[in-house]
Amino acid sequence: MESTLIHQEPKRCSTRTFFLWTLPWILILGWGGLSAFLCLWKGLNQTNMSNIFAFALWIVFDLGVIALGAGAFFTGFLTYIIGKKELKSIINAAVIIGFICYSGAMAMLGIDIGQPLRGWFIFWHANIHSMLVEVSFCITCYLSVLTIEFLPIILENKKLEEIRGLRLFGHNLHEAMAIFAATGTFLSFFHQGSLGGMFGVMHARPFAARGGFYIWPWTFFLFVLSAIAAGPCFTILCTKLTEKLTRKKLVPDDAIQSLAKISGWLLSIYMILKIADTLGWIYGILPKAGLRLMDCYKEGPYGIWMLITEIIICGIIPAIILMIPKARKKMPWLITASILNCIGILINRFVFIIVSLAIPVMPFDRFWSYVPTWQEWGVGLAIIAYGIIVFSVSYRYLPVFPKERELNMA
Amino acid sequence: MTPLSFEWQWNVEYAIFFGLLYLALSIIGGTLTFVGIKTALQLMGLLRERHF
Amino acid sequence: MEKEHDHTRHRYGMVIDLDKCTGCGTCMVACAAENNVSVRPDESDKERSITWMQLYKITNGKEFPESEVCYFPRPCMQCEEDGNGGKHSPCVSVCVATATEIDHETGIVSQIYTRCIGCRYCQAACPYHARFFNWWDTYFPKGKGLERYLSPEVSVRMRGVVEKCTFCHHRYMRAKTKAYAEGRKTLEEGEYITACAEACPAQAITFGDLNNPDHAVSKLIKSPYAFRLLERLNTKPKVYYLSKRDWVRKKADNFLPGEFKPVFKVKG
Repeated sequence: MESTLIHQEPKRCSTRTFFLWTLPWILILGWGGLSAFLCLWKGLNQTNMSNIFAFALWIVFDLGVIALGAGAFFTGFLTYIIGKKELKSIINAAVIIGFICYSGAMAMLGIDIGQPLRGWFIFWHANIHSMLVEVSFCITCYLSVLTIEFLPIILENKKLEEIRGLRLFGHNLHEAMAIFAATGTFLSFFHQGSLGGMFGVMHARPFAARGGFYIWPWTFFLFVLSAIAAGPCFTILCTKLTEKLTRKKLVPDDAIQSLAKISGWLLSIYMILKIADTLGWIYGILPKAGLRLMDCYKEGPYGIWMLITEIIICGIIPAIILMIPKARKKMPWLITASILNCIGILINRFVFIIVSLAIPVMPFDRFWSYVPTWQEWGVGLAIIAYGIIVFSVSYRYLPVFPKERELNMA
Repeated sequence: MTPLSFEWQWNVEYAIFFGLLYLALSIIGGTLTFVGIKTALQLMGLLRERHF
Repeated sequence: MEKEHDHTRHRYGMVIDLDKCTGCGTCMVACAAENNVSVRPDESDKERSITWMQLYKITNGKEFPESEVCYFPRPCMQCEEDGNGGKHSPCVSVCVATATEIDHETGIVSQIYTRCIGCRYCQAACPYHARFFNWWDTYFPKGKGLERYLSPEVSVRMRGVVEKCTFCHHRYMRAKTKAYAEGRKTLEEGEYITACAEACPAQAITFGDLNNPDHAVSKLIKSPYAFRLLERLNTKPKVYYLSKRDWVRKKADNFLPGEFKPVFKVKG
């Protein structure tokens, strides 16, 4: 029966193999489900968050997946607005990854707030001066855009395509995609920025605070740039991993190279601005608050190595690799650079969330530590498991990679 | 979110923020409606469908 | 003759004399009792317990016999600015659901518990750790009679919301009501004071209107020994401290080497 749902060519694995592949991820999802239930039923005391660590593992996961999911809006922008034709072979994958990241983040935020039933207050009683409000509005709107972008891909399923109405709707939706891509780019730009702005506007926390332009602190622009620099690399990694697992070539090299090149340029620009921002912070914000750079890194496990790793190892090095055509054409180098780039952005988000809160501002305050509970890990890892399941199911039943057949005919 | 919530203020900041929000929402909603109507007309045979 | 000042715009503030404070903790107890602060069966988890008024113990870090100790009570600072010139406290400007507001009539930063969604962004933005999240449902030990001592003027908080010191705002409402019943428009000094100020046995806490030059607080903050916690962050707290000890004043803020200036000359 299942075969009626799958296109005959190219071949997919047997139902049994597919089930065994998804089984561990389903188990993790179950673990996450139990954790989420406990948190909603008993409250956030199930976590190890505290009045010091008001934001913790979940917010790191949230900001991490949202940054990595930026490949969706940026690839959409490049494909539909700039008109980079070669990216049409990867845009579906980028959209699905984006959808997974954003829907996962939204689900997690729903558990993370103390009163989930009042979640709608963010919209109804919005304080428009809060960066988090801008984030919430844009993420919600953009998730609906991503759903709309995902819809034509779902409607291309073998069985669904047989229904004329759905097929027509899918085609017509696809034709209007440029409008959705443009709206999505606008929304995504603002919420990626506002996520950075959230930390830059914490003016009473010198570790996170930044100066800026008008109402936007520099972190606003840096978060946008770093997200569009790392997002395409994450899309490349996901595609390459899928190719490895399915033992098939799925995306032509020109699409991958195009994304890698753009990513390299953006990462280089980001690194220059990030270094300028860091210098401005070291010589401007910190001394004004009576602090030196090393005062921020003297306690706990969060040493100066984090800054060095983020900027040099996971910033400048991948930027150089991605900028050199010869290097990025060699697969091991491309993968290494992409992984480093993604780790760099994750360290950046981690530092702004966890280290900002861990460093005491009052001189007589002590350093507190935080270790997540199994419930926190459960919810966090469930997002990854959910992503793998959705992507696997999409790959099995939907024509995610339009060039797959062509590339595997020979 | 609307002038019905009591913290609503009639000022420039609110106009820009919610102006852009409702603009984005109406573009999304409008395009969706357009696509829906187009599909309905094609199904009824009133509009020619493009073949792919 | 009454000096001229705006009777409609108050800036209620507090001056805490650290040299008088003995660290007895009465202010913490009075505050918790006055404001129906929930307790835990085990209060040892200090990262999650709720103490609107918190007492820090600071030392000068020297060996005996030079070692000195100072107790540092820390209520909500009721900041006036966000540190960047914005006329909101750091927490108010970030709150997503407009659940916390600065009342420009009194200067008090309020918290609307039924509006708070528990996103905890305000906690992240506050450098003083003056905001507390309800990690559990509100709890008062059964059979110990504690529930009979709950104040009817202050609502208890539900799980999943943030709470903080409100400068005993209900006492302000009570004083206003009384004044209104007596046909007065203004409050006398001392008619509205917080529970901690009233309870302090050493009278280390003075409370009043910083806008009113006749109030004791307005005079006290002119002392060269007066300072505020983390003053350099420009959050403009309305809680001031007094201490003649240089090391205490130095501990209240971050200073680069050579920046801290001890007070040398004092008149009188």
